Amino acid sequence: MFNFLEKNLPKIVLAPTTIVMIVCMYGFIVWTGLLSLTKSRMMPQWEFVGLDQYVRLFNNPRWHVAVDNLFIFLILFILIALVLGLLLAIFLDQKIRNEGVIRTIYLYPMAISFIVTGTAWKWILNPGLGIEKLVNDLGFVGFEFRWLVESDMAIYTIVIAAVWQSSGFVMALFLAGLRGVDDNLTKAAKIDGASTIRLYWHIILPLMRPVFFSAIVILTHIAIKSFDLVQALTGGGPGYSSDLPANFMYTYSFNRAQIGVGAASAMIMLFGVLAVLIPYLYSELREKKT
Amino acid sequence: MNRHILTNINIGRVMIYLILLFFALIYLAPLYVMFTTSLKGIEEIRSGNLMALPVDPTFYAWAKAWSSACTGSECKGLAPYFWNSVRIVFPAVIISTIIGAFNGYSLAKWKFKGSELLFGALLFGCFIPFQVILLPMAKLLGSLGLANTVTGLVMVHVIYGVAFTTLFFRNYYVGIPTELVRAAKLDGAGFFAIFRHIFLPLSTPIFVVTIIWQFTQIWNDFLFGVVYSGSGTQPITVALNNLVNTSVGGKEYNVDMAAAIIAALPTLVVYVIAGKYFVRGLTAGAVKG
Repeated sequence: MFNFLEKNLPKIVLAPTTIVMIVCMYGFIVWTGLLSLTKSRMMPQWEFVGLDQYVRLFNNPRWHVAVDNLFIFLILFILIALVLGLLLAIFLDQKIRNEGVIRTIYLYPMAISFIVTGTAWKWILNPGLGIEKLVNDLGFVGFEFRWLVESDMAIYTIVIAAVWQSSGFVMALFLAGLRGVDDNLTKAAKIDGASTIRLYWHIILPLMRPVFFSAIVILTHIAIKSFDLVQALTGGGPGYSSDLPANFMYTYSFNRAQIGVGAASAMIMLFGVLAVLIPYLYSELREKKT
Repeated sequence: MNRHILTNINIGRVMIYLILLFFALIYLAPLYVMFTTSLKGIEEIRSGNLMALPVDPTFYAWAKAWSSACTGSECKGLAPYFWNSVRIVFPAVIISTIIGAFNGYSLAKWKFKGSELLFGALLFGCFIPFQVILLPMAKLLGSLGLANTVTGLVMVHVIYGVAFTTLFFRNYYVGIPTELVRAAKLDGAGFFAIFRHIFLPLSTPIFVVTIIWQFTQIWNDFLFGVVYSGSGTQPITVALNNLVNTSVGGKEYNVDMAAAIIAALPTLVVYVIAGKYFVRGLTAGAVKG
């Protein structure tokens, strides 16, 4: 008996986690998936109506705004954070004095919650008292900067705040990658007379491919989950012009008592994440094998 | 001589330093703005500008943010919610870290048929958008009588934190030579004895990384907080958001900023003290295994 116990201890230790994982992750995903096929509104109601909720979702202009916003946000956020993070990492990798201090400064926003970031930027971008007034006081009297209250520009304020928060992290990823590049390689290239720019463009950047990959996956993940930043910075407004899918899901599930639509939107978000994740994991596994 | 040295300093390097310095200032600016705004009176905020130093610094906003600002219909400041967060974070961090240590140890050094699959399935939990579990979890908490309770929030954070803590420990323990385990087994040591005498003494760095990661994640959480807490049990992020969106008797930006700094302070302090481990957690948590 004791022997059996001893032999199976690893399984026994892992059993609670396994059970909770099956129920609270996979079970709940199935539950949400099923719920999205019912006519539930305020309360779960197990009367199945096929894809009706999805049809309602995709006929909802607010959902389209949220999805469009996500694409704008994803593309700009990832692009700017990648370029900025990479450039800062390359510059920081030039045997800079006080590198540690500078790195600390670039990265501290990552320790702050999106709610705090949103609150801070809401004040900085405040039309009337924020940046607009600062520039006016500098003498540029006609300067206007009121993206926060313009429905076609509000989503870009989310990009600004998110880049501020996350680009330092991208910098750290690239810096770690650059530190892993073999010194002899760069020396050899320099002896061959390659210019610094050519060296980086033709030799070092291609070596950073895995870092690009994981940075993109992580940033995508942050972007799809960005719920709190929108909530704190714009509240999804003006109107619902800066909503992201996560905010849509929250509003419909918990404020509007339309949990069927909410569940459908959550499932679409899951599929979105999977569409990015599966090719990533696939290529990772393939790389490990070869 | 001097002139000679000067011309030798590469203009390119000067540019690099200037660019790095410029961005350092940009990253610091919001913190500077928050801090100076929190020390200004409301009149000064209206008449001055963002970057101006406070002429007549006052702690009025800090006192109000901490103990009397309105967060919705209640006007008790952030203090009660700060303590709510403390009461949520500590048990959740400790429990999820301990579970993660044992899980990671088992998955790394006691492989069995299906253990890799189990790890893969768990890893997936680091990536799912939590929206997909929000509704059923609300139902589960309700039927357990844990809706709107601190205990319920601790439970949710433990459940969805374990995927990360397991990942951290598993990847760390994989690097410890299996020969050590084999030798100890030959000496008759069992599962727990090997953990205690071989793995635990080597584990300080990974415990620090995991605890910092979990602390930051849970302290900064808003989604679970806003969905699963009630009026008395809200964590500080939710209270901060309510405070900013409550404007009884005019907007007080100085109070907003003081409140935001209060909400950010614990994780900032951890970052400043243990930045090295914080970065390690970020990259480890991010770059999978």
